[in-house]
Amino acid sequence: MAQALEIVQKQVDSEQWDEPYLVNMGPQHPATHGVLRLFLELDGETIVRCDPRIGYLHRGVEKLSENRTYAQAMVLTDRLDYIASAANNVGYCLAVEKLMGLEVPRRAQIIRVIVCEMARIASHLLWLATHALDIGAMTVFLYCFRDREWLLDIFEEICGARLTVSYPRIGGVRLDFNQKIIDELYRFTDEFPRRIPEYETLIDVNRIWLKRTKGVGVVSAEEAINLGLTGPSLRGSGVHYDLRRARPYLIYDELDFEVAVEFEGDVYSRYRVRMKEMREANKIIRQCLDKLAECEGEPVVADDAPDLLMPLKKKAPQAAPHPKRGFLIKGVEVPVVPPGEVYFAIEAPKGELGYYIVSDGTGQPWRVRIRAPSFVHISALPALSEGQMVADIIAIIGSVDIVLGECDR
Amino acid sequence: MIDLQAFFNTADHFLLKYFGLSLFKSLVLVGITLLHVAYTTYAERKIIGHMQQRLGPNRVGPRGLLQPIADVLKLITKEDIIPSCVDSPTVFKLAPFISLVAGATSLAVIPIWEHFVVTNVNTALLVVLAMSSLSSFGVILAGWASNSRYSFLGGLRASAQVISYEVAMALALVGVMMLAGSMNLVEIVKAQAASPFKIYAIPQIIGFFVFMVAAIAETNRTPFDLPEAESELVAGYFVEYSGIRFALFYLAEYFGMIVMSMLAVVCFLGGWYGPFEVPGVPMFWFLLKLYFLIFFYIWVRATLPRYRYDQLMGLGWKVLIPLALLNIVITGLIKVLV
Repeated sequence: MAQALEIVQKQVDSEQWDEPYLVNMGPQHPATHGVLRLFLELDGETIVRCDPRIGYLHRGVEKLSENRTYAQAMVLTDRLDYIASAANNVGYCLAVEKLMGLEVPRRAQIIRVIVCEMARIASHLLWLATHALDIGAMTVFLYCFRDREWLLDIFEEICGARLTVSYPRIGGVRLDFNQKIIDELYRFTDEFPRRIPEYETLIDVNRIWLKRTKGVGVVSAEEAINLGLTGPSLRGSGVHYDLRRARPYLIYDELDFEVAVEFEGDVYSRYRVRMKEMREANKIIRQCLDKLAECEGEPVVADDAPDLLMPLKKKAPQAAPHPKRGFLIKGVEVPVVPPGEVYFAIEAPKGELGYYIVSDGTGQPWRVRIRAPSFVHISALPALSEGQMVADIIAIIGSVDIVLGECDR
Repeated sequence: MIDLQAFFNTADHFLLKYFGLSLFKSLVLVGITLLHVAYTTYAERKIIGHMQQRLGPNRVGPRGLLQPIADVLKLITKEDIIPSCVDSPTVFKLAPFISLVAGATSLAVIPIWEHFVVTNVNTALLVVLAMSSLSSFGVILAGWASNSRYSFLGGLRASAQVISYEVAMALALVGVMMLAGSMNLVEIVKAQAASPFKIYAIPQIIGFFVFMVAAIAETNRTPFDLPEAESELVAGYFVEYSGIRFALFYLAEYFGMIVMSMLAVVCFLGGWYGPFEVPGVPMFWFLLKLYFLIFFYIWVRATLPRYRYDQLMGLGWKVLIPLALLNIVITGLIKVLV
């Protein structure tokens, strides 16, 4: 107690009663969704300044990609947003295919859409679970995990992995769906719309939840665009922008779905957007399953897709080109991957996930840069949270949906 | 029990004569309550588990029944860490005991049965209120002595919360005092049995509601568990505690929960009186009501999210206290008119 008195004494003397109360939140903190560290300056319970510090999960994914072939580097993308790894894989493959000018078979495209939307549902479920847990509703957390478990089981059936799937490959997908997966997915899409109201009864009619989320962390449409928010966090502010609609990739232009938009721009409307998106994703999976039945038995990998064992370096000219292995070129000096640069972005569950790849003609990317939505969203945290209460920052971190694996890369 | 009294009265030793029965009763009471606390944690985990579609503890003993004992053993054998930068080790060590002792002392005046109350004093209600206020000192001191920013915030929140809700709770109990005309808890129960509705929860419905909400806040339970908000302050005021001292805080919280439930049973739900008498178990109805209220606490925890600090204060000062005052006015009018 003597120490505290001394400090108080010192403060009285130097007239520093208004000295801010600094709290270091994280990197080990249950509500920062990983290893985010927030440096908070408090005035009572109000946040005066919020300073995010990142980099605790930096593994150098971008740099590591430069020392791996295009096919090998895809495995690293699993570790970005590990909650929705299938979406990362698809984004990366689409970027490389755009660079190579590959045409992906239709069946593979449909399957990719299915796994992307499965990843979206899984990601949003985990988001809802942790967001609810942060606000204090523990039951929602376990309800969501129950359904996410089902999706992960389907992922396991598809490719053998539950979290880091590495399921798509350059030029298609690794394996075709079997009948068991399709049946299970039909069952899931039948059942899942009935599960969503279960969460909503625990949340939407709960006055405490509404008090905690409505009018908290408000960001206007213009401000959201300026901050670079994308995905559900942007659409929660009333901006009708979804890459699946704005610049369709895969077969999204053939599908019938609505872009979820809410206009209040607070934590609650971002929550509503994600709930709506889960329903839409369910609808998309259902449509894709029907489309999948139309192209039964078609190939899932492009004929001219590069082998998984791409050459690390350009082969010296020796003999004639290998008839089967498209890019194991022997004889003439042809670049493994056409030199050039490409940017391709997809609508990942968290927002716009973009891959910028520079190729110098070898089998390895010269430079890979990932535009990670979480990184941008963390940079928007100070603008969202200043002037709010300590309890609100928890809700705000939850509402912009960040994953530190993707932010720190 | 009456025979026991006679036995102690005939005993020669003055300690035995004057304190014997009280000592015996308090030992029995504390023993039973400790057992209740241990199995309340078990019940909480089981009930919440089933509400959340999982199993809860089921590994230690049949259906996990030995889990609380395993937990206690674990916590006792853990190292009792006192961080080197603690502001005052004495206060740091003392704080959990203040919490627990203040929580447990209230048990002394709560009548479980007409003839089973350790000390039947006329100001019993005041004693309970005073003790529950005191237990917040443990929390504040723990938060301050820890010399950790999270603990300090937790301690501050706790003090603000307890002071606000103490007022609402005391005001809610004023209606009961007015109806019963006494602060002796045994008298209150008897007055309830003589009243037309048999329980005060019906004429004092507003008071009962305010009391229940304030009691949840008083014991720092969801949705008012801000002082220990896991997702904001990690664990709040006891973030620096470990081992048995950590367990003492938990014990104090559950003691508080049980004492508050007992008080609700005594003041609003008719104490040990029930629709019919169960032969052999005079406190049957008391325990049944108590278990129901504890179940209610657990149920609330499984359902509701947490309030924000300012909203909590707003609820306390703008809703509960005016409601309690309104309740006093209505009760007074009824007293005058009837």
